[in-house]
Amino acid sequence: MIEIKDLHKSYKMGSNSLHVLKGINFTAEAGELVAIMGSSGSGKSTLLNILGMLDGADSGEYILDGVPIKDLTETKAAQYRNKFLGFIFQSFNLINYKSALENVALPLYYQKVGRKERQVKALSYLERVGLKEWATHLPSELSGGQKQRVAIARAMAAEPKVLLADEPTGALDSTTSYEVMDLIQKINDEGNTILVVTHEEDIAHMCKRIVHLKDGVIVEDKKIKQVRAEQYV
Amino acid sequence: MFNSDRWREILEVLTSNVGRTILTAFGVCWGIFILIVLLAAGKGFENGIRQDFGDIATNTMFMWTRSTTKAYEGLPKGRSFEFKVNDVQAIKDNVPNLRFISPRNQLGGFRGGGNVIRGIRVGAYNVYGDYPEIINQDPMTVTSGRFLNHNDINEKRKVAVIGQGVKSELYDKGEEVLGSYIKISGVNFMVIGTYKKNNNDGDGEEAQKEIFVPFTSFSQAFNRGEDVGWMAITAHDGSSISQLKENIIGVMRERHKIHPEDNRAIGYFDLYEQFNRVESLFVGLKAIAYIVGIMVLLSGIIGVSNIMLIVVKERTKEIGIRRALGEQPWSIKLQILMESIFLTIISGMTGIIFGSLVIYGINSLLDSVGPVDMFINPSVSVGVVSGALVILIISGLLAGFIPANSAIKVRPIEALRNE
Repeated sequence: MIEIKDLHKSYKMGSNSLHVLKGINFTAEAGELVAIMGSSGSGKSTLLNILGMLDGADSGEYILDGVPIKDLTETKAAQYRNKFLGFIFQSFNLINYKSALENVALPLYYQKVGRKERQVKALSYLERVGLKEWATHLPSELSGGQKQRVAIARAMAAEPKVLLADEPTGALDSTTSYEVMDLIQKINDEGNTILVVTHEEDIAHMCKRIVHLKDGVIVEDKKIKQVRAEQYV
Repeated sequence: MFNSDRWREILEVLTSNVGRTILTAFGVCWGIFILIVLLAAGKGFENGIRQDFGDIATNTMFMWTRSTTKAYEGLPKGRSFEFKVNDVQAIKDNVPNLRFISPRNQLGGFRGGGNVIRGIRVGAYNVYGDYPEIINQDPMTVTSGRFLNHNDINEKRKVAVIGQGVKSELYDKGEEVLGSYIKISGVNFMVIGTYKKNNNDGDGEEAQKEIFVPFTSFSQAFNRGEDVGWMAITAHDGSSISQLKENIIGVMRERHKIHPEDNRAIGYFDLYEQFNRVESLFVGLKAIAYIVGIMVLLSGIIGVSNIMLIVVKERTKEIGIRRALGEQPWSIKLQILMESIFLTIISGMTGIIFGSLVIYGINSLLDSVGPVDMFINPSVSVGVVSGALVILIISGLLAGFIPANSAIKVRPIEALRNE
């Protein structure tokens, strides 16, 4: 599903250049649930941003679902993001003047789905994350866990090939974190490919595979026995 | 492009900070208000001046004889001469594009002695010998009876058309005017009609105290023979009398043996030239109104542009989220542009409405206090309003252009980092 070869990325900080990713090679099959771990500054968020086409790599190959991702114009990148990828952010990134339902419906709007159909679909995704009754509420009226569930519903709504989660539990307490991870596991059980960036060990162990990043290179890549989050909920 | 979602979004954004939106809108509103009011004031002034010109055919010149100032073909300088009736035909034959050529004769004059008698009443009036066409060059409304016609000319009838002013001085109220006789310099003329003139210039009262009699009867009664006092010449609408003037005067010089360079032998007054001078004043006024209005509007537009930049800045993160979810750059750009145009148009419309209300107020004030000199019915036309709308749409586009570009310049990753 995801294939990257010899990926490099550096940032210019004034006159200095900061080499963040130093040749990453990585593949992920369909249906995998991968945790990308590493301390801050290890390059994990940069990797995720490149995978999410939010940022471009300096060199290296990136193939997503058989499509080589390179030389993207902003328009093309927007199309690919909409078609291939769903994002879950640490700070939820909901649009705060839109209701939960409208937030979930947004990617569908960009896919030019009709208004009625959009609402029906968005509502069904909200139902899946257990927030049907909150559909008309604004993000400010929701708790952190609820916001993240709305964000997950939004990421799912476009039916992407891959879900990218950047510290999805970073802003949540442990109980809520496990609820969110439980949801992510269930979505993965349905066959969705999910990449989770985290620095929390317990969250990482709820995935099926852990990739350790250190100073811009992968130092460890292992399959693990998944810890189900249900038991903590 | 014009779907309901986009409009909902525009409204959501603009109503999210109502106070700021209103303050921003005020700038544009004020600019267009000034533009509309200035244009209306200019129009009012123009209407006032035009009223002074009345209905006089403006493409007209008047021409009269003076004495020669150069000796020519054996004739001395200082010689006086008269236009003759057959000069009219000569001009008609030699100068194209003329609509009317009216030879005229005149008796009496401003504050002249009493020359018209009716019973025991006496009055001093301008008495003109005229052809029927004069009513087209010096328009008047015939209020009773009829104006002169060609039968009057051919049969040299002693008939007269008198002004309202003459009627009120020589007749009692309610007295029958038509068919009665007045004695002009000792010759009786039957009154066949009365007229009223519409122009409103300084000698407005004098204009109502004129008497028109057939040219031929005038010549015979007052012993003018073939002489013509002066001529009123009007050109066709397509050509200007100012250009034909030299031709006409040339023909007259030739016929009366005047030195071709004797510029003072024939006097003239070119109404069209005068009118053009005033006309260019109106153009100037309009230009000033547009310049001032648009300058004020410009500062309003800069205000809108500024606020849109701030809105974009505030929404950087939101824009980042939208782009992460797959919104295309052109769509974001369109959104910002539409917000800007919408805001400009709404506030501009408010300005137009306010401006119209003020103009309406001034008009009803003018109606209630009576006419003011040189200022009548200030107004703006539909054309001006639609012009203002076009200006608004363009300004909205201009105002939104920079913010829209800065919105899509933000890379999604940077937008998302923006906390």
